Amino acid sequence: MDILSASIRDVHKKLISKEISAVELSDVFMKSIEKKDGEVSAFVTHSFEEAKKQAEKIDEELKNGSGISMLSGIPAAIKDNILIDGIKATASSKMLESYIAPYDATVIKKLKAEGAVFLGKTNMDEFAMGSSTENSGFFKTKNPNDLERVPGGSSGGSAAAVAADECVFALGSDTGGSIRQPASFCGVVGLKPTYGAVSRYGVMAMASSLDQIGPLAKNVDDARIVFEATHGKDVKDATSVLYPKKLQEKRLKDMTIGVPKEYFVDGMDKETENKVRVAIKKMEEAGAKIEEISLPNTKHALSVYYIIMPAEVSSNMARYDGIKYGNSTMNRNHANDLLSVYLDSRSEGLGKEVQRRMMLGTYVLSAGYYDAYYKKAQQVRTKIVEDFKNAFEKVDIIVTPTTPTPAFKFGEKTNDPLSMYLADIFTVPINLAGVPAMSIPCGISEENNMPVGLQMIAPWFYEETLFKAGEDFEKL
Amino acid sequence: MIDKDQVKNIAELARLKVKDEEVEKIAEDLSSILDYVAELNSLDVSSVEPTLHATSAKNVFRSDDEPDEQDHELAEKLLNLAPDNEDGYIKVKSILK
Repeated sequence: MDILSASIRDVHKKLISKEISAVELSDVFMKSIEKKDGEVSAFVTHSFEEAKKQAEKIDEELKNGSGISMLSGIPAAIKDNILIDGIKATASSKMLESYIAPYDATVIKKLKAEGAVFLGKTNMDEFAMGSSTENSGFFKTKNPNDLERVPGGSSGGSAAAVAADECVFALGSDTGGSIRQPASFCGVVGLKPTYGAVSRYGVMAMASSLDQIGPLAKNVDDARIVFEATHGKDVKDATSVLYPKKLQEKRLKDMTIGVPKEYFVDGMDKETENKVRVAIKKMEEAGAKIEEISLPNTKHALSVYYIIMPAEVSSNMARYDGIKYGNSTMNRNHANDLLSVYLDSRSEGLGKEVQRRMMLGTYVLSAGYYDAYYKKAQQVRTKIVEDFKNAFEKVDIIVTPTTPTPAFKFGEKTNDPLSMYLADIFTVPINLAGVPAMSIPCGISEENNMPVGLQMIAPWFYEETLFKAGEDFEKL
Repeated sequence: MIDKDQVKNIAELARLKVKDEEVEKIAEDLSSILDYVAELNSLDVSSVEPTLHATSAKNVFRSDDEPDEQDHELAEKLLNLAPDNEDGYIKVKSILK
């Protein structure tokens, strides 16, 4: 078995049986990064020295005979909007090009306590705004399955790093699909947990009522291990909750699976639809009960998202002001008043898509438009939440395609923001409702050899349903 | 739907400086997105309660404890990220003439 593609449990076994040391293990992955990342470009920052120190500590513990936890010594990659104390955190923005994180995000603190080893920070669409990682302020990440195609986004670097075996697992963030869509494009597993399950402290806020952090991994069990290590209530994130874990005794074969007709739309990629239909058929043959359902407000989800998300973006981005941290023109000669420090620092540091969303958000929140846009969107959001509530009265889990098409080519959608936004059409309703969802590979398109992802959606705090169904599906 | 003057006004409110030659393209992009979301106008949701957040949590408080040494160290680190600071304060350009 190749250690580069091994599961967390298998790597853990090799560590405790002393087949490989933690230092050797991290070295294997660092070499993999050196070999492949020139082409793939998944990483914006390497933290090899720190990783080596972390690994040495784990080897020390192994030598002392003290038990190590499942994630001890496991090499990971972290999306660059998540803070690791003392390491650069840029969110792939010129605004934070030289910003060094002053503390650990709660998820990082938790992973450090488990002994995970951080190899570096991964590329992303600037401040997580985008669906292809083409909006990175630095460079493009390539899809390891086809270097002419995008890895998806915004967690494109994390997905590519996992797919290229440059790490065992990665962390991403998901506001409207930013974990699941790149996972689908790159052929890996990606989980967006229930809103509130994982603390957002130390993660750069994009749209605070939608953002969640989750794993990108090589299989469902790995995603489960990382989720279990990172979730939980945190006093530093008032929206995090004491996780009311819902038990799920049923395996996939005993579940009722809802297939919403609104997720199979005219004009979607035929091969994507085929692969998802075949996957559903396989689940049925395994014993699951398939039921066609309706989530009637799905068609409004993207509109709701493109009001609520930019509104929250516009207020969250106010913090980048050239005064507290990040890019600043304050100490330059021409800056002679406060307003010009704001204007110049922001316009210089922030990219086009980020500015577009800030302006859109400012507009929908401005006097006279608030009720027509923002309040209305929040009311329709309620209807979307109700759709899911109603559906989960009848079914255990909902399955859909993760995206309407497989990974597209570079430049295909960069000229028209709206066509890029449509790549998220099947993932945004989930963030609006706050339910957990996971993308899992379900085949390779025969048209272009690109992976297709199946999205599994469960009720609030039923991550266990996703893990059980996902594990069983992997075996079909 | 959005004209050039509106773009300039929004940019000012958002504290962004847009170049004159970019205004038209921004107006086009914003208009096409607003046209798309205008489909919501066909819905009557006047009697529906808005959803502000995906959880029902309200008024989450913590106890008002004295900061400990770690808090002070972090405060120091945060202050040092600012381009200019003095005596524990962040310095800005003068705002009063």
